[in-house]
Amino acid sequence: MRLHIKNARVIDPASGKDGAGELFIADGKISKEISKADRVIDAKGLVLAPGFIDLAARLREPGYEYKATLESEMEAAVAGGVTSLACPPDTDPPLDEPGLVDMLRRRAKALARARVYPIGALTVKLAGEGLTEMGQLTDAGCVAFSQANAPLPDTQVLWRALQYAATFGYPVWLRAEDAWLAKAGVAHDGEIATRLGLPGIPAFAETIALATIIELVRATGARVHICRLSSAGAVDLIRRAKEEKLPVTCDVGVHHAHLCDLDLGYFDPNCRLEPPLRSQRDRDALARALAEGVVDCLCSDHTPVDEDGKHRPFSQAEPGATGLELLLPLTLKWGQAQKLSLAATLARITSEPARVLGIASGRLAAGAPADVVIFDPAASFTVAAASLRSQGKNTPFLGYELAGRVRCTIVDGKVVYES
Amino acid sequence: MTRLPEAERLCEQLAAELKPRVGPKSAMVGLYTGGAWLAERLHPMLGLKTPLGLMDIAFYRDDYAARGLKHDPKRTKIPFDVNGSELLLVDDVLYSGRTVRAAMNELFDYGRPASISLVVLADRGGRQLPICAQYVGTRVEVPPGMRLTLKKQDSGKLTLALESERAT
Amino acid sequence: MQRNPQLNEKGELQHLLSIEGLPREILLQILDTAESFAGVTEREVKKVPLLRGKSVFNLFFEPSTRTRTTFEIAAKRLSADVINLNITVSSATKGESLLDTVANLSAMQADIFVVRHESSGAPFLIARHVKPHEHVINAGDGRHSHPTQGLLDLFTIRHYKKDFSGLTVAIVGDVLHSRVARSLIHGLTTLGAPEVRVIGPQTLLPAGVEALGVRVFHDMREGLADCDVVVMLRLQSERMRGALLPSAQEYFKHYGLTADKLALAKRDAIVMHPGPMNRGVEIDSTVADGPHSVILPQVTFGIAVRMAVMSIVAGN
Repeated sequence: MRLHIKNARVIDPASGKDGAGELFIADGKISKEISKADRVIDAKGLVLAPGFIDLAARLREPGYEYKATLESEMEAAVAGGVTSLACPPDTDPPLDEPGLVDMLRRRAKALARARVYPIGALTVKLAGEGLTEMGQLTDAGCVAFSQANAPLPDTQVLWRALQYAATFGYPVWLRAEDAWLAKAGVAHDGEIATRLGLPGIPAFAETIALATIIELVRATGARVHICRLSSAGAVDLIRRAKEEKLPVTCDVGVHHAHLCDLDLGYFDPNCRLEPPLRSQRDRDALARALAEGVVDCLCSDHTPVDEDGKHRPFSQAEPGATGLELLLPLTLKWGQAQKLSLAATLARITSEPARVLGIASGRLAAGAPADVVIFDPAASFTVAAASLRSQGKNTPFLGYELAGRVRCTIVDGKVVYES
Repeated sequence: MTRLPEAERLCEQLAAELKPRVGPKSAMVGLYTGGAWLAERLHPMLGLKTPLGLMDIAFYRDDYAARGLKHDPKRTKIPFDVNGSELLLVDDVLYSGRTVRAAMNELFDYGRPASISLVVLADRGGRQLPICAQYVGTRVEVPPGMRLTLKKQDSGKLTLALESERAT
Repeated sequence: MQRNPQLNEKGELQHLLSIEGLPREILLQILDTAESFAGVTEREVKKVPLLRGKSVFNLFFEPSTRTRTTFEIAAKRLSADVINLNITVSSATKGESLLDTVANLSAMQADIFVVRHESSGAPFLIARHVKPHEHVINAGDGRHSHPTQGLLDLFTIRHYKKDFSGLTVAIVGDVLHSRVARSLIHGLTTLGAPEVRVIGPQTLLPAGVEALGVRVFHDMREGLADCDVVVMLRLQSERMRGALLPSAQEYFKHYGLTADKLALAKRDAIVMHPGPMNRGVEIDSTVADGPHSVILPQVTFGIAVRMAVMSIVAGN
C-alpha cells in the first residue's frame, strides 16, 4: 500500500520539525517521495505526527475477558491514535511463561491494529520470590520486566532480580512503593484522606522505595524505568539520579498530570487509582517535571474496569481508569497548560517513549516504520460512555469536554482507523 | 374593606364569657403561636389554678406527606394531668378545623380529658371538618387570597390583621 | 457529582450522610426539632403519628446493638415500621454487591435506609442509587462520619452549655480511626465553637488534622486546661496489635481521664463519651460515674436526635 498524505501540518518531535508538509509511505515504511500513490489523504487543517506510543495499556487478556478483550482494547488504542503499546504483566495468569507471551503477541499481530510490546513478569506469578526465565521471555517477545502493581517487599530478591537483569541488559520497570507503608491504603495520606476517613498511603511510601531502587541501580548498573510517579519528592530523587547519569527513566500516568486528591469529591470511585492521586503540590510538580524533561513520558496506564468493579464503596472499588482514547486530548491539555510547543508536547508520547522502549517507531524519518497519526487538535468532544470504544468506561473525565480528535491512524503503512 | 375588631377588646370579652364557666377541673392549653399568646393573656384573667399548657401540633399535622416537617417546631409542655380535666383549647383563628383535629389527637396522647371546649378569637368560616368553637370572639369574612392572623407588637399588644396568603 | 448529595435542589435535607457540608441552618433545625421530640419521650404515650405507614430498614453491615437499638426506638416512636437486617449473616457473605442488596430492599417499599458500613463513603454510593422518595441515614461509615452521633453530642453540649460561642472543647483519643471525632469536629466548627482541641499520641492523629480546624495537643494535661467539654473516644484493642500503641495500661497513664486530670478543666466542665466505655483504659470509673459525666443523658438525647433526623428527611 502506497500512501501520500498531503497538506498536513507535519510535526516530528524527534527532529523538532513543525511545518506544512507531506508524507509518503511505501512497504510499511516512511519513504522519500514516491511516484504513484494507491491512496492520497488530504490532511488539510490537521496535524500529522508519529503514532503515539503508550508505555502502559492493559488489554485484559488473558484472564480478564469480562472486563475487556483484545479486540475492544485494540480498537480503542487505534481510535486514540496509539500505534504501539506496552502491556503490563498483571494478566491472569501473569505473563511469566513464554507460551503466554507468545500467544498474546500472535493474537495481537493477527488483529493487525497497534503493535504490542509485552512486559514480562519479573518474578514468578508476580509473587516477589523467584525470578522468571527472563531469557526465554525475551525470546518470546518481552521488551522489559516488571512487577506491575504487585509489591516486592523482599529487598534481597529485588537486588538479585536487578543484578540478573543487568547481567543480560534486560530493562526493569518498577513502580516505587514501599509495600508495608502502602498496606491497606487507598488514597494519598493527607488532609483529604483525613476528611474522607480513607486509609492513606503517605508520599514517603514512594520516595523511600525509590531511594532504595536508585541505590540498587548504583550497585548493579541495571537499566530501570520508574513507572507512574506520583509525588514531588520522587521527582527530586529522579532529578538527582539523572544528574548523576544513572540509567534511570520514568513516566507519569496521564491522569496524575491533571488530577489531585481534591478531585475525589464525594468518594468518586473513578478516582480510585494506583498510585493514588496526591496533593495539588505533587500534581503541579509532576506536570512541571514532564515539561522540563526530568520525567520522560506520559502514558495512559489504561485499565478497563467493569461497572461492578467500580460501583462499590471507595476502598473496595477496583483501582484504575480507562485511558487509551483520552491520551491525546489529555496530553494536549497538559502541554497547553505548561505553554509548550506542540512538538515538545507530543514528544512525551512519541519520541520519548520510543527511546525508553528502544524501538524505531516514534519519528517521521525516511526508513522509519510507517506508524503515524493524523489528528485535529482543535476538535472538541464530550467524554461519554457511548463514544468510548474501550469496554472500560471508568474515567474521572466522564462528562468533561476535551479537545483533540484522531482522524486517521496508520500502522505499518496500513490505515487501521479513520473517522 | 373589612374593618377588623380590636383583639384586646375581644380578649376581655372572651374572658368575661368564660369566667363564670370555669371550675376546679378547668385547664387551658394554647396552640402555638397565636393561640399561645391568646392563652397567655386569658389564663391569668380567668385565675385558673392549673398551670398553662402550650402545644405545638407539628407532629400531628395531616399534611406531612405534602409539606414535610416545617421549621422550628416548639416544645409542647403540658404541666398538668390531662386525665379528667375540663380543657379549654385556645387558638387565634378557626378556619378549616384541621389544626384543632391535630390538637385533639395530640391531647389524647397525653390522657383522657373529661371535656374539651374550643376557644377562638376569630372564626373565619371555611370549615373542612365537622369542628366548631364553643367560645368565639368574632366572626370575620376574609377576602379570597388573604389570610387572617394574630400579631403581637413589641409592646405586647395583640392585633388582628389581614395579609396576603403568600406572605411568609 | 458536584451538588452536596445530602441536599435536594431546594437545599433541603433529603439524606443525612455527614455533618461536613451541611449549612448551619440545617444543623440548627435538627437540634431545635430534637428539642421538641425530647418532650415526647417524657410523656406517657411516647409516640407521635408522623411516620405512620413508613418503613425504616436498618441496614447494618457492621454489627452494632446500641446504635441500631436507638434507631429502632426512634423510628417506632415516630410510628414507623422497622425492619432490622444483619447483613453480616446474609446476602453479602454470599457475594451480593452492596447496590444489589439495596435494590432488593427498595423493591420491598422502603422509605428510609439507616446504613452502617465499614467502608468510608458507602452511604454516598447508596444515596446515588436510591429512588427519589427513599432516604439514607448514615449510622457510621468506616472512619469517615457518624452524623447522628455528632448531632447528639452537639445537642448534649447545647443542653448543658446553652451556646457554642465561648466554648473550648477537647476530643481525646484515637482520632485517626474515629468517625465520631470527625463528625463532632465539623459540627463544632460549623456552629462556631472557637477552640476545638484534639489530644492524643502522634500514632492516633491523622495526617493534616489541623486542616479540620483543630489545635493538636500531645500532652493531655496541657490540652485539658480550661476546657468546657471533654469528649473521650473509645480505644479499640486492635490498636495495640497494629503497632500504634504498646498497651492499654500505658495508654491510660498518658491519655486516660482521671479525676486529677479533669481538675485542670473548668469547674463546670462536662465529660462525654460516645460509648461503649472501656473503664480503666480511656476513662476512670470515678469520672465515668461522677458529677461531670453526662454519658447517660447522651443516650437519651440520641433518641430525640434520631427522631428529628428521620422526620426531617422523610418529609423532604
